[in-house]
Amino acid sequence: MALLSFRNVWVEYGDKVVLENVELSIAQGSFVSIVGPSGAGKSTFLRLVIGQEAPTRGAIDLEGRKLRAEPGPDRGVVFQKYSVFPHLSARDNVVFGLDCAGSALRGKLSGAKRRAALEQADAMLAAVGLGDSGDLYPAKMSGGMQQRLAIAQALIKKPRILLLDEPFGALDPGVRLDMHELITSLWRDNGLTIMMVTHDIKEAFKLGTRVLAFDKRRRDPHAPHRYGATAVYDFPLDKPGAVGPEALAGLGQ
Amino acid sequence: MRLLNIRPRGGLAVMLGAVPLLAVGLLYLMASQARHAENPRDKLLPTPEAMAEAVQLMARVDPLTGHAPLLVDTLASLERMGLALAIATAVSLLLGLSLGLLPLLRAKFGPLVAGIAVIPPIAVLPILFIVFGLGETAKIALIVFGVAPVMVRDLAAHVAAIPEEQLVKAQTLGSSTWQLALRVALPQAMPRLIDSLRLSLCPAWVYLISAEAIAADVGLGYRIFLVRRYLSMDLILPYVAWISLLAVIMDVTLRLISRRAYPWAYPERGR
Repeated sequence: MALLSFRNVWVEYGDKVVLENVELSIAQGSFVSIVGPSGAGKSTFLRLVIGQEAPTRGAIDLEGRKLRAEPGPDRGVVFQKYSVFPHLSARDNVVFGLDCAGSALRGKLSGAKRRAALEQADAMLAAVGLGDSGDLYPAKMSGGMQQRLAIAQALIKKPRILLLDEPFGALDPGVRLDMHELITSLWRDNGLTIMMVTHDIKEAFKLGTRVLAFDKRRRDPHAPHRYGATAVYDFPLDKPGAVGPEALAGLGQ
Repeated sequence: MRLLNIRPRGGLAVMLGAVPLLAVGLLYLMASQARHAENPRDKLLPTPEAMAEAVQLMARVDPLTGHAPLLVDTLASLERMGLALAIATAVSLLLGLSLGLLPLLRAKFGPLVAGIAVIPPIAVLPILFIVFGLGETAKIALIVFGVAPVMVRDLAAHVAAIPEEQLVKAQTLGSSTWQLALRVALPQAMPRLIDSLRLSLCPAWVYLISAEAIAADVGLGYRIFLVRRYLSMDLILPYVAWISLLAVIMDVTLRLISRRAYPWAYPERGR
């Protein structure tokens, strides 16, 4: 069964159509890259999955249930920028998700639970190569380190889907290659399902098991907003997928 | 070398800063001396000795009342100031945070706060005197009314400017509205709140001294307006200096607290 399915999804703002008739299903364990020109609805598509926006028409199902139009812990996200909290150390950034789950009122665990959570966070930091940087504030970290931190922070909640919005777009080429290796091994070893929006087509084909290209099928030169974009190309790549979903449970242990 | 690239360092910077201060002091001394040479009883530009004498008189316990006026005035003014700023800070934190974070509240109360903020506080003083009487409440209310609306709006704007990515990220980490307010918005609002409080110190003193000048029987502002009737520049000038010193001490203390408590908000800068 598909993990995430889009059934005849439309997004319209007034008479401006952004997405039209999106019919897709995303399989568990796949790494979906999303490419397309600016203004082709890539970001809107991702916002739908995050829950920042609701479809005007149609339905999105996550594991057979209707997706709530609000961000939630079943969908992790890494943005290009501002993904980490500047006022928390790296370790506290990662522990944040566990704090929220464990303490509704204070938003912060205490005592033995907190120590256990910190150990889990340290393991997660080590997994993304930030083992020695737990005490640093994000302002003291390089762009690559901040993105590693953002990934660790998202993964500690063991999300069903990890959404990446141009995550490596602001990084130096060398750092970007390191990040490619990191995300590929995290994905493969932990049975993640990843959807990544990128401008870099090479990156899309290198990382993804499936590449979706968004664009408009029809154009009206007199009213360019009348037609929306959709996934015009869908390339399944012949690559081994990630391991089974049971590996997700072992994450950060 | 361009003018904007010349950067004084170390001793030179201190000296450059000290020269204008010393020059002003020297200028005053010369002017005072010139006036006293002409008229030894001149009151307009008192000599340092006269000022020291006046201050000593105020710092000594008055046998009639059993208090030293300087001490009593300072304590009274600081108490009003402290209470008013504490109330203003608490109000701004509560309102600024909720207005900045919740679009629902912003839509409901934003125009009201904006409307209140444009009312000149001194114009409200008669109303405050009528409603609260001439006691302490009206003075404290004036300061709160004068500084809180600006602080609320500043903090609300700052909280509203927290990148949406951060808010979405917190929600994907399972954060509720309350947890988000407490652990994401509040800590990031605090350094700004302290900065905004520092900027509010100056208007707060203006309102305090105005209120004390109009209706009070003790306080720094009351005293300088009282002795104005006798042209007592020898007392007014030291009082003004003392008020300025108190203001500077409060400002520096707040800055230190902010830097200590929120080191992440002050990354080292090159320039």
